[in-house]
Amino acid sequence: MCTYLTEKIKITGSGKGPSGWFGVSDASVYFDHPVHAAAEHTLNIDFLNPGKGPQARVAVELTAESARELARAIVAALDAAPPGMVA
Amino acid sequence: MNEALTAETITITGHSGAEIEAYAARPLGADQFGSVVVIHHMPGYDSATKEIARKFAAFGYAAIVPNLHHRDAPGASSDDAAAANRANGGVPDDQLVGDVDSAADYLRAQEGSNGKVGVIGYCSGGRQAFLAACRLPQLNAAVDCYGAAVVNAPPAGFPVKFEPVVGLAEDLACPLLGLFGADDKFPAPEETAELSRILDGLGKEHEFHTYEGAGHAFFSVNRPSYRVEAANDGWDKIWDFYGRYLAS
Repeated sequence: MCTYLTEKIKITGSGKGPSGWFGVSDASVYFDHPVHAAAEHTLNIDFLNPGKGPQARVAVELTAESARELARAIVAALDAAPPGMVA
Repeated sequence: MNEALTAETITITGHSGAEIEAYAARPLGADQFGSVVVIHHMPGYDSATKEIARKFAAFGYAAIVPNLHHRDAPGASSDDAAAANRANGGVPDDQLVGDVDSAADYLRAQEGSNGKVGVIGYCSGGRQAFLAACRLPQLNAAVDCYGAAVVNAPPAGFPVKFEPVVGLAEDLACPLLGLFGADDKFPAPEETAELSRILDGLGKEHEFHTYEGAGHAFFSVNRPSYRVEAANDGWDKIWDFYGRYLAS
């Protein structure tokens, strides 16, 4: 279905789009139909900078299994960082 | 039928006087034709939906796809605009009705129009087609392709602007064709059966078909959800339905 269920968070960092790097300030996370991925539903993440317009977006569409593995890997990488390096 | 057509990107004046982009297609060589407003799915005003408009034109109907996400991202690609629309909370119902009304007016004003206009919507557009058919009494026929949240409310925690619209059913002023997948969860067969019972109770003309072996988005030829047998039969049902209510 078209879920509309969207987790929206504020973030700090940068992303690289077709026009190069830009700062990202927002992220949308949702499980819904993909635009491109070959699956009925995917976990989609949009990294956004609304101030630079709708094209300032880095998007990924991942299968549910891939998304869970990514989330695990992100947490593992942060946990493995030397003490004091991660705030 | 020679399937000759022409198609173009245009600007129409939508809800509240806003200028929005739209994609319009019409048959060539037809003296008179019925027309269809095509409501795109939540992934946006994309090539697949424009292809549907061209299919209608090839089969003898003028068709228009209003870009429901235009206000969120004028000139942006359809996927970026869809993402912006989602971040903004979706398409408000009143705005949808206004945009469909304007699109229908555009179609009626075309040379060759027989004055009859239908609506069809896919996915979120299925719910919106039902909504438009209840709010716009001048529409002549409506097709709901697997629209969820017509009867059942979305689960708790959903950002709003996505309320059930079955309460408007008493105002449904045109025949309704519903095309659904038996394996769909949103809407599940129980929800569409409940809608059928409600419409029966109100004496509203409707015709529902639920395809075994098909789930959500079985018409989408560019997605894994495509089910050729359901889609082919669904198109036959659409041609029969619009043939009765729009063509003549």
